[in-house]
Amino acid sequence: MARLRGTGIAAVNYPTGMNLGGDPSQALIHATTSGSFVVSLSATDLGQGLKTVIGQIAAETLGVEFGEIVIDTADTDTGPHDMGTFASRATHRVGNAVIAAATEARQALLEVAAEELEAAVDDLEGDGHGNLLVKGVPTRSVRIAEIASMAQFKYGRTIAGRGAYMKPKSLVDPETGAMDPDSTEAHACTVAEVEVDTETGVVTVLSIRSAYEVGRQVNPALVQGQIAGGAWMGMSHALYETTAPYYPAVDHSPRDFSEYLMPGPLEMPEIECVVLEMPSSNGPYGVKGIGEMTANSPIPAIANAIYHATGVRFDDLPITPEKILRGLDAKRSGPS
Amino acid sequence: MASTIVAFELGGREVEVMVKPMTTLQSALRDQLGFTATKEGCRQGGCGSCTVLVNDEPMLSCLLPVEDVAGQRVTTLESLTPTQGLHPLQQAFLDANAFQCGYCTPGMTMLAQALLDHNPAPDRGDITQALTGNICRCTGYGPIVRAIEVAAQAMHAGEEGQPR
Ligand code: FES
Ligand code: FES
Repeated sequence: MARLRGTGIAAVNYPTGMNLGGDPSQALIHATTSGSFVVSLSATDLGQGLKTVIGQIAAETLGVEFGEIVIDTADTDTGPHDMGTFASRATHRVGNAVIAAATEARQALLEVAAEELEAAVDDLEGDGHGNLLVKGVPTRSVRIAEIASMAQFKYGRTIAGRGAYMKPKSLVDPETGAMDPDSTEAHACTVAEVEVDTETGVVTVLSIRSAYEVGRQVNPALVQGQIAGGAWMGMSHALYETTAPYYPAVDHSPRDFSEYLMPGPLEMPEIECVVLEMPSSNGPYGVKGIGEMTANSPIPAIANAIYHATGVRFDDLPITPEKILRGLDAKRSGPS
Repeated sequence: MASTIVAFELGGREVEVMVKPMTTLQSALRDQLGFTATKEGCRQGGCGSCTVLVNDEPMLSCLLPVEDVAGQRVTTLESLTPTQGLHPLQQAFLDANAFQCGYCTPGMTMLAQALLDHNPAPDRGDITQALTGNICRCTGYGPIVRAIEVAAQAMHAGEEGQPR
């Protein structure tokens, strides 16, 4: 009986968005009288941080501070149309729509400010702290919040913008088989180290180390969070998660998700990653989707590490202790 | 069965709720008192998102009939949060980005407070062990463990700096 160590490696190319009947997102932005900007979306934040990154993108494009952005999501009855939050598409699709909406809203903002400051739109610039000023004449400036209020009470105008982004449907070229199903792809490579206990069949993951290429990071802390959380999910798929019984009798199977096996804090390996930024040509500020992909490469990396450790190839997930023991038995008794 | 009135201490204040038998503390906090920091993940003792302190001990409020805390001292994340700024645990969670969706965070924070009450200088192993009843689906636990380590040091340093 022994503890066998192994190292496995796996890589992933991951598409951003999808290709059904086309992949559209829309956004609307309007200024309130207090100078905050409401971004209306039907895309949802599932907890992964969409509101944060979309708020950053809107603030950057509008030239206002992050705290001035209010993201209003997820009433699909009344909001602008969106395909939804899935396929690692939202930052890319919604972000592009929000840039378009924010660009139009900023133009409306500048037009009102130009009238108020008696200057040309092209002569105005923002100072990044909530003011618009006439280039080269810092004394002629006005707060964006004041312009927002004046637009409604003095000029009877709206400060608003509409934005749409659509990845058109791509058909397969019948001659060549070529198509363009996604907009861009992110990439990753993962190295996992495991230890397999040949007596109990238990696999301990020692480390999961990855390199990611994700385009421009709008929010590096959220990217790191996705990668670490995805590594945990991948490890969970690889070794634990199943609704099938671990042993032949059905009464040993989990009845619901509260009995569904997952790694806890004691099982967590060292998780480490480096992130490379190679901006995409069509994402907002060069982003690519990094969401679902983070749970991908850890799975084959762990399976490969188990193969390296034991010499047995397991191709059915999760690789439970029972499967490990059966596989080791089969190997010992030789080819059947 | 008829409702009864249960009184207990919540974050230093006396509160009363009128409840049917077997109403949980979780439901009294969230639905009657509007203290919604205490989360409701599974309602069967499996996730820890509803962790509160009763007389400084961590308890799963989804399994606790509110009658059981009559006259007891209940602390939730609301009462841990200072009026100005953040509690050192909250600050450390924020600095370590120890959340994504944040659903486990209140339970994790209360559990960490209970751990630090008992053991002001826990090592990584103590922290990891303490967290085993609380599930996080987002972070992989690493940032949470690191946040609690940092908070323990900050709170320890803070106490040493206090005149006795
Ligand atoms: S809600 Fe109480 S343990 Fe899950
Ligand atoms: S941050 Fe989402 S469950 Fe922990």
